[in-house]
Amino acid sequence: MSIASTITAACPECDAPVAFDRAPLNGQIARCPDCSAELEVTSTNPVTLELAPEVEEDWGE
Amino acid sequence: MRIAMTYTRLRAEERLLLDAFEALGVEVNPIDLREVVFDPAEPGEWATYDAVIDRSVSLTNALTATRILESMGVRCINPAAAIELCSDKLSTTLALIRAGVPTPGVRVATGGEAALRAVETVGYPAVLKPTIGSWGRLVARVNDRDAAEAIIEHRETLGSIQQGVFYVQEHIDKPGRDIRVFVVGGEAIAAIVRTSAHWVTNTARGATAAGLPISPELREICVRSVAAVGADIAAVDILECPRRGLLVNELNHSMEFRNSITTSAVDIPAIVARHAVRIAESARVSQAVPA
Ligand SMILES: [Zn+2]
Repeated sequence: MSIASTITAACPECDAPVAFDRAPLNGQIARCPDCSAELEVTSTNPVTLELAPEVEEDWGE
Repeated sequence: MRIAMTYTRLRAEERLLLDAFEALGVEVNPIDLREVVFDPAEPGEWATYDAVIDRSVSLTNALTATRILESMGVRCINPAAAIELCSDKLSTTLALIRAGVPTPGVRVATGGEAALRAVETVGYPAVLKPTIGSWGRLVARVNDRDAAEAIIEHRETLGSIQQGVFYVQEHIDKPGRDIRVFVVGGEAIAAIVRTSAHWVTNTARGATAAGLPISPELREICVRSVAAVGADIAAVDILECPRRGLLVNELNHSMEFRNSITTSAVDIPAIVARHAVRIAESARVSQAVPA
């Protein structure tokens, strides 16, 4: 089971720590608390963040 | 029981659904579709799932995955056919008309000159929509003939092939709000009303929302519309027409609900998860019966 410690990764935009209350999954979306950039988890071990891609034409509900 | 959840981005909705499955004690395997290579002739591990709930934000991914998985005999939530009917506005309109569900009047044309006639038939203002697209993108309100000519010419010269289909909807003079109803397993479970000064009422475009009690009339039209497209789970967008009453505007197969849980005071992900488990259980039973 998951360990009750916060996982953090650096924001690629401003380097601020972005915290996850538990292990994030690949493709998970997060927002940087400092610069509000929309980020995407691109690897989970270690947790790596990249700027989330722009909305594509076929995205939606 | 084994359930997988396919996705392309793990947004708040997907996280909430995973939590809801976990609360039911059901383990769900989240699968990032961008990393998958399908062999349509070899189901492999896919065959071990009783159901796959698709939560792709990309329509291309959703249709690709569900079409292949269903061909392998995997029960998909929603079914590929339902995704196809919901995601293409013309297909939605046709399904609603066949089922006798009230929907705004449309005219459809494939050529520029005919498109202009379609707009004039509908009258001004008319609403020109791409047949595929979400979140109100590229939806244009056409107020007069000059605007109609400009937009049609623009779409003809710059648009994709899909934009060569002119889907012209009558403008519904709604009372500054529209209604969204969440339907799960043939039941209307929650409703919100969105109010906006802008004519495209869409929470993604800054409208405000509140909960709404579901009247029997609202329940009936929503449940019938979702049945018409064969979706297990869908959000129905309703317009209130002063002349014709409730009209089904659009159906959303991969509904967003993070902001609607508090607004409607309904635990939408819990209900979705319970219904997915029911589907997986019955798929499992039917698979267990020898052919
Ligand atoms: Zn940042």
